[in-house]
Amino acid sequence: MATAPIAHESQVLELADPLPLDGGQSLSGVRIAYEAHGTLNPAKDNAILICHALTGDQHVISHHPKTGKPGWWVRMVGPGKPIDTDKFHVICANVIGSCMGSTGPASPAPDGKPWGMRFPVITIRDMVRGHVALLDALGIEQLHAVVGGSMGGMQALSLAANFPERARSVLVLASTARHSAQNIAFHEVGRQAIMADPEWREGDYYAHGKGPEKGLSVARMAAHITYLSEEGLTAKFGRRLQDREEKTFGFDADFQVESYLRYQGLSFTDRFDANSYLYITRAMDYFDLAEEHGGMLARAFAKSKARFCLVSFDTDWLYPTAESRNVVHALNAAGLPVSFVELSAPFGHDSFLLDVPALDRVVEGFLNQ
Amino acid sequence: MHALRPDLAVIAANVAPGSSLLDVGCGDGTLMQALRDDKGCDARGMELDPANVGKCVAKGLSVIQGDADKDLAFYPDQSVDYAILSQTLQTTMRPDKVLQDLLRIGRKAFVSFPNFGHWRVRLSLFWNGRMPVTRLLPVPWYETPNIHHLTINDFRALLKERGITVEGRWYLSGDTKCSAAAANFRAEHAVYLLSRKP
Repeated sequence: MATAPIAHESQVLELADPLPLDGGQSLSGVRIAYEAHGTLNPAKDNAILICHALTGDQHVISHHPKTGKPGWWVRMVGPGKPIDTDKFHVICANVIGSCMGSTGPASPAPDGKPWGMRFPVITIRDMVRGHVALLDALGIEQLHAVVGGSMGGMQALSLAANFPERARSVLVLASTARHSAQNIAFHEVGRQAIMADPEWREGDYYAHGKGPEKGLSVARMAAHITYLSEEGLTAKFGRRLQDREEKTFGFDADFQVESYLRYQGLSFTDRFDANSYLYITRAMDYFDLAEEHGGMLARAFAKSKARFCLVSFDTDWLYPTAESRNVVHALNAAGLPVSFVELSAPFGHDSFLLDVPALDRVVEGFLNQ
Repeated sequence: MHALRPDLAVIAANVAPGSSLLDVGCGDGTLMQALRDDKGCDARGMELDPANVGKCVAKGLSVIQGDADKDLAFYPDQSVDYAILSQTLQTTMRPDKVLQDLLRIGRKAFVSFPNFGHWRVRLSLFWNGRMPVTRLLPVPWYETPNIHHLTINDFRALLKERGITVEGRWYLSGDTKCSAAAANFRAEHAVYLLSRKP
């Protein structure tokens, strides 16, 4: 079947009330860009909220307006797919702090100029507060499920912990309940690359027609490595040279892997705002669900009645299986029904987005109960 | 009703309706499904094989991929009515510790295992002088998952030594029950319901 573009305009909701933030401030006039697919039933109990990852967006199955590429999870979501839009009303909202229509550092502040670094530092829980405000506006009291991979999984866990009555099922893929020192370290490399770019201008680059593209590109290159496995990189590129027979004894992209990373970095700058990258990585680094609940992860789920399913991948070294097990043990201690499986896939952290048939079966099986 | 393996049928018949349970080594979830559907039990499971975990999740069961030797430690004390270990004891690294964990997590524990003292096993070893390969133990020694073979008498001795109370016991030869008399010789399988004295 040919993939035909799904014509779909994102809808934008402007919140009537200010959104309170973990940092102590509150944000007025917050906009949330979202997409919804499938029909919401009269009982309004067949909704699934999909939470996107760091650089994801609401275009879960519709074409991306800037890149023209198919939605980021077309292989999982759609009619007859594991997350079946013939059965479920699927909602995906751009997180606050991002740059695809929801309020973020590139949005206008009350003075009409872009927020830039004046935008308040936000947390994963603040993103979830935005999602819950959207659900309130849509009249959805309880989700059939909240689903997320990577940072999306953090939002799903945070929603389960902080708004326990809002979701009956919680599906968390390749994620963690807290950012490790290594996770924070990689993000810091990315942020420093952006801030070291003279075009960053302390975040006040919007009027200059040019942003810190070089810095953002390097940030993306470093991060991209963490999304892949050594095995995957070796299989895809090995030490093969790029369009040449010999090494050049220079610093061009001699190796295919260099050329690939440069392309990934550059193309990222066409679709993502550098300040959003700073703010969202910060939110992820601040994430520690146990810390929010007196240091005991099990306590985070004390009020939950949901059923949970967690999936990790054996080649994911960004959020390795031990992180998922940590959550599973806490859910067990809280006496909640939880399923967990570590799947074997060669693609590293990105496995949750890629062709892993075993994942499809688990997702479909879990959601159709 | 679900068709169950004989030892599982014994367990299913003796679990109180509406009880909570943890099935350790639950395979594809057949027993859990039967207990959930037929007796309204709150069934949770643990299983080593990811493909089996996937099958369980597809049945709507809550199953964690895990290893009885390592991951039972994370379950709270006395958190279920029954901890169940069917045909798995002999595959664990430390059966005694697993047994201890079962009785810590469950108020009672069902344990079933193949009896290495069965006359067919004894004859096979006696006549051939080699590790028995029988109908019930069909895999040769070098690739069998059964690393701690035991007889019914071995199990009885362990229970006595650890002060574990026998609440019920069933001996099976094929699909039929056999008496306790000479069970160590005549039974292919044993199923025990255990508890610890308070």
